[in-house]
Amino acid sequence: MKDFLNIYTDPVYSFTFVCIAFFFMIKYVEVIATLKFGIGLMIGTLVMFVLCFMDPVFTKNFYITNDNVPIIYLVFLIAWTTWYALYKGIRNDKRMEEGLPPLEATPENREKVWAWPNLVYTELFAIILGTVFLIGWAVFFKAPLEEPANPTWAPNPAKAPWYFLGLQEMLVYFDPWLAGVLLPGLIVVGLIAIPYIDMNPKGNGYYTFKQRKFAIVTYLFCWLVLWNFLIIIGTVFRGPNWSFYGPFEVWDAHKVVAANNVNISEMLWINTLGVKLPSNIFIREIAGILLTLGYMVLLPVFLTKKIFNFKGAVGKVFNGGFLGKYLKSLGWARYSILIFLVLMSLTLPIKMYLRWLINLKYIVFMPEFEFNI
Amino acid sequence: MSKRTTINRREFFSFLSVGWITFAAAAGGMASLIFRYLYPNVVFEPAMDFVAGRPDDFDDGVDERWKNVFGVWIYKNEGKLVALSNICTHLGCVPTWLPAERKFKCPCHGSGYYANGINFEGPAPRPLERYKVNLDASGQVIVDKTKIFRYEKGEWTHPDSFIVV
Repeated sequence: MKDFLNIYTDPVYSFTFVCIAFFFMIKYVEVIATLKFGIGLMIGTLVMFVLCFMDPVFTKNFYITNDNVPIIYLVFLIAWTTWYALYKGIRNDKRMEEGLPPLEATPENREKVWAWPNLVYTELFAIILGTVFLIGWAVFFKAPLEEPANPTWAPNPAKAPWYFLGLQEMLVYFDPWLAGVLLPGLIVVGLIAIPYIDMNPKGNGYYTFKQRKFAIVTYLFCWLVLWNFLIIIGTVFRGPNWSFYGPFEVWDAHKVVAANNVNISEMLWINTLGVKLPSNIFIREIAGILLTLGYMVLLPVFLTKKIFNFKGAVGKVFNGGFLGKYLKSLGWARYSILIFLVLMSLTLPIKMYLRWLINLKYIVFMPEFEFNI
Repeated sequence: MSKRTTINRREFFSFLSVGWITFAAAAGGMASLIFRYLYPNVVFEPAMDFVAGRPDDFDDGVDERWKNVFGVWIYKNEGKLVALSNICTHLGCVPTWLPAERKFKCPCHGSGYYANGINFEGPAPRPLERYKVNLDASGQVIVDKTKIFRYEKGEWTHPDSFIVV
């Protein structure tokens, strides 16, 4: 069982499993959003952690950096909040199908109460409990006292604080300018832009899933899969030399991992055409430039307009224009920002799979200008 | 009853200019103090150039003796001696030399380099940088970290980037 997990937690498998699991979570959301499933989820997570910590290798690797401990709360809290929001949303959706108002709109719930004392007391207790928890944590898990900083030496693996491990994992697949500056900046800008892009007035003041499906699914995919799962990969599945290690695998710094990466220009000119790289860098990178332009220019057109006319299931996917209906409701400015943000966030899984499957390093590679995509 | 003072348009603008200039000067002075504060009086950093020893002191391959002091690997191969920077070209971590695998491997994002500094795995976009090396009058190798040579700019053929031994 442990060997099985060590093999299949390799990101190329586990990321795929998580994506499939996410798809099923959305498809069978009514099963997910039942009380039984919620309790089962919490117990299942607890049992998983207990079983993991019974393994000495896992425990040792996990505690190499003390700040990994919050990951445990993170997993619980995220599982809980996601489940709770879906539970409340589906409950309201069922009520609305029966013609009832959402639970938050019933007369007894519309009654107003004073912020003082009702809200402030709750906040006070939350603050006290939080402080007690932090003090207890500081007493039981002491901060490590390490040797003085040395600019010519780095620990192996050099792991960021746990909340940045997703970003660190992202940096494996991109140039630092993209994964360290542009994409994190876009995450912040995109989160700020959400209320301006999302014009759907439904769900104001009450939980719902079905009335806001696109918004919820897009957000949850980025949050659960692209952010939190990457944090878990960075915490549990990465060891010395930032190579992949299974959660129950001993960290051996001499593990041989073949990671020879090639650029798309080398694939085109050397491997396919069998000639030397052209000296003009724009001709050298032509394949990557065309692919990038196609992704950023042609794909949005394809997503907006129905272009082909296939019949049946093929047509559903390849005719294009699935997002076209949002163009009308959002207007072109909001719609183009939405498309841009969606495409930019999808670059991450695309680049990850290209790296895992065909060892692709960079699509456009111009170190002469420090411009690598 | 206080006497009501009047001020004409010209005087108002003089006052305004004096006020703004004073404010700008004060703010600028404050900013320059803060800027100065960012640069310490004494920096305990290793010197940017150092005497590495005679070329015969080094065996063929990667030598780590100056890595922890100056952040430089000396690499000798095929009659050439070069000084490799120990800063990863991806995001500036410090790679580890793995003698068994004969490669440098960065612990942060897994970039890998051959012993000569050429990148071959992981996300590093370009090879490790090389520092200027030359021989002094007594035949000792001087490594000068203020001058770097980058492979992708074709600078590794520059005569200052290596010593023929």
